Amino acid sequence: MKAAVIVFPGSNCDRDVAVALEASMGAKPLMVWHRDTQLPDLDLIVVPGGFSYGDYLRCGAMAAHSPIMREVKAKAEQGARVLGICNGFQILTETGLLPGVLMRNKNLKFICKDVHLRVERNTTDFCRGYAAGAVVRFPIAHAEGNYFADAETFKALEGNGQVAFRYCTAEGQVTGAANPNGSLANVAGITNAKHNVLGLMPHPERLAEDLLGGSDGKAMFDSLVEALA
Amino acid sequence: MTEITPELLASHGIKPDEYRKILDILGRAPNHTELGIFSVMWSEHCSYKSSKKWLKTLPTKAPWVICGPGENAGVIDIGDGQAIIFKMESHNHPSFIEPYQGAATGVGGILRDVFTMGARPIANLNALRFGDPSHPKTRHLVAGVVAGIGGYGNCVGVPTVGGETNFHASYNGNILVNAMTVGLADTDKIFYSAAAGIGNPVVYFGSKTGRDGIHGATMASAEFDEKSDEKRPTVQVGDPFTEKLLIEACLELMATDAIVAIQDMGAAGLTSSSFEMASKGGLGIEMDLDLVPMREQGMTPYEIMLSESQERMLMVLKPGREAQAKAIMDKWELDFAVVGHLTGTGRMVLKRHGAVVADLPIDPLALASPEYDRPWVLPVKAPVIAVEDTKAVCPAEALKTLLACPDLASKRWIYQQYDHMVMGDTVQRPGGDAAVVRIHGTTKAVAITTDVTPRYVLADPYEGGRQAVAEAYRNLSAVGALPMAITDNLNFGNPEKPEIMGQIVEAIRGMGQACRELDFPVVSGNVSLYNETQGTAILPTPTVGGVGLLEDVTRSASIAFKESGSAVVLIGETKGWLGASLYLREICGREDGAPPPVALHRERRAGELVRQLIGDGQVLACHDVSDGGLLVAVAEMAMASAGHVGALLDAPSTLPLHAWCFGEDQGRYVLEVRNDDLVAVLEEAQQHDTAIRVIGKTGGHVISVGGRAVRVDELFEANEGWLPGFMGSEIAQH
Repeated sequence: MKAAVIVFPGSNCDRDVAVALEASMGAKPLMVWHRDTQLPDLDLIVVPGGFSYGDYLRCGAMAAHSPIMREVKAKAEQGARVLGICNGFQILTETGLLPGVLMRNKNLKFICKDVHLRVERNTTDFCRGYAAGAVVRFPIAHAEGNYFADAETFKALEGNGQVAFRYCTAEGQVTGAANPNGSLANVAGITNAKHNVLGLMPHPERLAEDLLGGSDGKAMFDSLVEALA
Repeated sequence: MTEITPELLASHGIKPDEYRKILDILGRAPNHTELGIFSVMWSEHCSYKSSKKWLKTLPTKAPWVICGPGENAGVIDIGDGQAIIFKMESHNHPSFIEPYQGAATGVGGILRDVFTMGARPIANLNALRFGDPSHPKTRHLVAGVVAGIGGYGNCVGVPTVGGETNFHASYNGNILVNAMTVGLADTDKIFYSAAAGIGNPVVYFGSKTGRDGIHGATMASAEFDEKSDEKRPTVQVGDPFTEKLLIEACLELMATDAIVAIQDMGAAGLTSSSFEMASKGGLGIEMDLDLVPMREQGMTPYEIMLSESQERMLMVLKPGREAQAKAIMDKWELDFAVVGHLTGTGRMVLKRHGAVVADLPIDPLALASPEYDRPWVLPVKAPVIAVEDTKAVCPAEALKTLLACPDLASKRWIYQQYDHMVMGDTVQRPGGDAAVVRIHGTTKAVAITTDVTPRYVLADPYEGGRQAVAEAYRNLSAVGALPMAITDNLNFGNPEKPEIMGQIVEAIRGMGQACRELDFPVVSGNVSLYNETQGTAILPTPTVGGVGLLEDVTRSASIAFKESGSAVVLIGETKGWLGASLYLREICGREDGAPPPVALHRERRAGELVRQLIGDGQVLACHDVSDGGLLVAVAEMAMASAGHVGALLDAPSTLPLHAWCFGEDQGRYVLEVRNDDLVAVLEEAQQHDTAIRVIGKTGGHVISVGGRAVRVDELFEANEGWLPGFMGSEIAQH
């Protein structure tokens, strides 16, 4: 698998995801600066978490217009896998690669803690290592993760099986109490219609090693390596 | 030219005898710019004039200390060619005036102190003290400070891994925000601030200079009166995005060999950074202020030199390296300007619009700043309270009350607003005895803690000073880390009052003694004085930030009970010391009594024992006994465990039950030990000549002692409920 991580001014999870990728694929991913305009032939592009452009204007809005994102969009349309984590998810919605928006958390605060997620679809290249309906634990760390889409868009999303993860209890129940940020229908991550682009607010790269408290995130990177080897 | 009037001097905080010294040094009257420079260089904040005499008595050396106090931060050697660089600094006054920006820029400032020296910041901590929860401003201040710390730290991508938060009425008008940063560097890539090489370029980079943060006192001075409504407020505004770019740009530039010396612009901005670099190098600087990147037009030399705009750096480059450095700053979209050069004159010569606007000798300003031997009186020690003179209440009830009191209540509501996991090396998250952060790419880790018990320091500054250091030592040992060094942040009232000066002198004496006996030197620090409102001082608060080393991060302990049926073991001696305890304050409504004494030789032996047991893998869980005493420590271990594993304790009959449960005797740890390991552990304690006692076993879902029991769930709810309830939000989820 050939992978790249896009680095914007203000990205701060670029190294973390590169570490997790390297552990799964046995090689370092390519780190690509936001001003670059060309990407080599790639299987996976990761848009990492952080505060690209300081979150000024609106989370992800400025990064979405940086030179490299035109190329990311083109590669995605050609079928490359694109993974957006946290700020990366926000950037992908701003570019239009994924539908919907991420609003301020319902409690208006930044939230950093582990959450439970139910794997809603395990047939994508990102999630084939998880059992269908499996409950996994990933951390969240965001102030704007409250997913919203208009009724028509959301209906299409659900109908097309594009909801990848939902916030749930440790037992797998999708409840209001298990929803940390007010997201519509507890949505934590979605794919595009072709299922080659995934955006999610939780950070799989942060719990990909038992020493750090859990390794549920590792299966996502292992899945990609297996699918794209 | 501005006339130097007594009012102008007073508004700059310059005393008449200090002004006479200025006239002696210059041989003439200073102009307004020069006066401003003297005032900030000789301010308490920059010169440590009241505390210097006493700070010198602290031990600062050890074989593993690479750089002690005097540079931007302290540096210790952790082996394998790596160094840890760290410091703690206060941002108390700005945080009270404008809590969000005050706290945010406090984080920004301490980060710069650390990466200026070549380190990548790997952890932030914060020690916070707020007023009484019932005070009308407290909620506003808590909300603002926490949001500010999170807003800055989260964005720069450095995990905020720990700290402490207390409440006391003495902080009603004077909160404390002490921010600590820990960074990682290579020992052969540490950068210092001493300028070298006559003719070398002096370079400014980072953000532009604006009118923010110019010394508040000067806003009222004659020159500013007419147009004062056009001036920006004196509170600095932070931009963590620029700070993140500055970190990356600095580290990228530091990977080359272009830099001779580098210094961040902190308090007193361009003034203190340029004077410090020149003074340490024994050189002069000539600067053309027209070249300083400015945010607004028409800035005077006075404003340029005194601005405290954030995210700015000053450095000396090797000749001919300007283009290389500029290319890196351009990549990160930061301002870059060669503003002057080094000279051999030993003078600071500043030009504006082609004319010399200041010409000052550097060493007399930087080195000959006033040093006071302020009068002090030995503080009156609080009397020892006999156990028999304290009220006994049901231990289960008292435990629940204590765990819900503001000082002991869970601080999850706070640390859930801080990204404590970014950088992917946080092994122990907030909520334990010390944070554990892995050294990236290795199996080593640093443990980090902040500690002080202000009520002990008030009751007996000497004992309280010893205790602050000992508790940091204990918290690091409790996770299995070897305590290496501390940074101190001394927060006190007005040093011109002999009783306050007495607190400072005695607390420093106590800290120094503990540091010596525990081989735990002070490598950096900061002093914040005049923390008073309407004549009432804060509790004396000498915050200690401790750093320890774990050679093998997998050989660490956490506070959470791991299983049922194992032994609960108490290390250290219990005499039921209730003076100055939380039990006395929260249950009996009394804030009196002498604090528990610290026996440093026993402290050291107990620490060595605990570290050895953890290293040998004989400890399932470990927690030091501090605020609230033994029962609180055991309950915290139960509440932290998965499934809320409880404990059944046997109290000895030799002490009143409440004294055994809640006494705050020092030098103690609670361990969870497997029954199979128990004999070996008891023998090991004997070898270390350290008191040890099996006090019960884990199991059930209750804490049970003396025939009384309380469910762990119930304690957890009380412990977690207070802060969210106080802040008016839903309870943070586990």
